[in-house]
Amino acid sequence: MKILVCLSKTADTTARIAFDAAGVKFSEEGVQFILNPYDEWYALVRAIELRDAQGGQVDVVHVGSAASDMLIRKALAIGADAAFRIDDPEPDTRSVAEQIARFAASRGYDLIFTGKETIDYNSSEVGAMLAAALNLPFVSLCSKLDFSDGTLRCTTDIEGGTQMVELRPPAVLSAAKGLAEQRIPNMKGIIDAKKKPLEVLPAEAGSALVTVVRYELPQEKMGVKMIAPDDVQELVNVFKNDLKLI
Amino acid sequence: MLVVVCDHKSGVLTSNSLEALSFGEDLARNGGKDLVALVPGGLQDHSLQSYRLRSVFTFPFSGDHATAEEYLAALLLLAQRSSPECIIFSYNSLGKALGGQLAIRLNAGLISNVCGFEWVDGRALFKKSVFSGKAYAWCAFQSETGLVAILPKAYGINQGQSEQVPEYIDLGPLAPDSRMLVVERTMSSGKTPLTEADVVVSGGRGLKDPANWGMVESLAELLHAGTACSRPVADAGWRPHHEHVGQTGTAIRPKVYIAIGISGAIQHLAGVNNSRTIIVINKDPEAPFFKAADYGVCGDLFEVVPKLIQALQNGQ
Ligand SMILES: Cc1cc2nc3c(=O)[nH]c(=O)nc-3n(C[C@H](O)[C@H](O)[C@H](O)COP(=O)(O)OP(=O)(O)OC[C@H]3O[C@@H](n4cnc5c(N)ncnc54)[C@H](O)[C@@H]3O)c2cc1C
Repeated sequence: MKILVCLSKTADTTARIAFDAAGVKFSEEGVQFILNPYDEWYALVRAIELRDAQGGQVDVVHVGSAASDMLIRKALAIGADAAFRIDDPEPDTRSVAEQIARFAASRGYDLIFTGKETIDYNSSEVGAMLAAALNLPFVSLCSKLDFSDGTLRCTTDIEGGTQMVELRPPAVLSAAKGLAEQRIPNMKGIIDAKKKPLEVLPAEAGSALVTVVRYELPQEKMGVKMIAPDDVQELVNVFKNDLKLI
Repeated sequence: MLVVVCDHKSGVLTSNSLEALSFGEDLARNGGKDLVALVPGGLQDHSLQSYRLRSVFTFPFSGDHATAEEYLAALLLLAQRSSPECIIFSYNSLGKALGGQLAIRLNAGLISNVCGFEWVDGRALFKKSVFSGKAYAWCAFQSETGLVAILPKAYGINQGQSEQVPEYIDLGPLAPDSRMLVVERTMSSGKTPLTEADVVVSGGRGLKDPANWGMVESLAELLHAGTACSRPVADAGWRPHHEHVGQTGTAIRPKVYIAIGISGAIQHLAGVNNSRTIIVINKDPEAPFFKAADYGVCGDLFEVVPKLIQALQNGQ
């Protein structure tokens, strides 16, 4: 099985959210970037498990600058075989999908994974775009995946429940929680990762169809109103009068 | 023309659809545009009539519920026929399956997790929630067709006034992508999905043992609430994974979120801090959750929660 896992970098949740003076650009100063957890914990690990069970290879691809190479090496340390970085320092969502689609089009992948969303911009767009650009079926929000007799059986999240779908590869899947268990790279993995290939490819960006005019921070909360623990009636009053719950 | 994509469950429009319709109605009114809806066949809900719709397009589907592939086929056909300026849909799991595919197939810009809009100089700007609600990005389309994917539970539902009866138009048979086969659907029984619950009662590691969840459930029942939990609780198998809220679980924005024995770690807050009102019950006065709360009770949950349940029961 030939598998591609798309990796995104994302600001760590604890990052301070601030923008430049004009309010048009996220200020990266002092922000720590990590591999997007959905890509690393679920997509990558399930891809490695499938390869180990079926044979084949796991490639990872990232669209970004050399600053991400450390993160890409982490994916190699966890167990990917080869890495590709498309050298575009500031791609927008659509151009990430388009550039990965161009990269993947001629390489014959059976499965292409993305995470369900990045934890910073939460857009959840790239997987579906990739599927359409490559004219492949799209398994959205996949939380369980089995492969046997040439058929993929996937459990996916739908409104108010789950569904099981069956299809034959090739396909694009977005990985949701439950697909695999997070793995921590071990010493051998880290050493091996240094010897694995990381190929850098030139960017070929398209034009953006969406532009950000400005960013804005939400209003601060008013502050907490404390209620004494022995005064549950006060809480009941809040439920009744302020929140109209009862 | 603006198109709102709707969904219904046993003939009744879902609340996410009503949010999208309300957004569409407000956007159309402000911008002086025509509004139409796209709905799978079999809708029995008359509430559609209150949203000033010019037409309602319907499409047939097999199975007991229209699939994302059927919606996609219907939307591509509709777009081809009438080149809409905007397609508006809820960014729930159905919307996430559709959004990116439509963006490519229609060469359309996609703005996801939209929670508001404004018209500036005849151009609509859309407010997109980013960083799990810790900031907003105001975005504009540079494409002829724009896809507006609405963040669930972020936009208020209009109590429609209009009595305009729309014209119903059936799109006729479709040829959806058949490479993927839905073999089974499992709907969580009875309960409203967590993302749609107006009130959520959530428990953390402070509850100590899964056997203590009875009080979370009783409180939830009295308040007609959904139940949720923190990540370690789901990881330990105390509660099912679909109840896990936070950065790596489900993101929710109920009207009221009641956190019991949850510390309020930043990764937890990322999934709940857009709740309109947050109530925290925790015995540690230093628990970070109090900083994000509207109401706080600093005390032992094993005393506070049973007393609260008692008081609510007495009040009935
Ligand atoms: C990358 C990453 C992603 C993560 N994603 C998530 C996520 O999506 N969701 C999530 O929830 N967490 C997530 N976490 C974990 C998060 O950091 C916290 O560890 C977790 O939320 C803590 O859960 P908790 O509050 O239930 O437990 P604890 O931190 O153990 O807190 C228990 C709380 O209960 C209180 N308590 C104890 N006994 C009582 C009592 N008798 N009465 C009243 N109060 C009591 C304590 O004061 C304490 O505040 C993530 C972590 C990482 C690193």
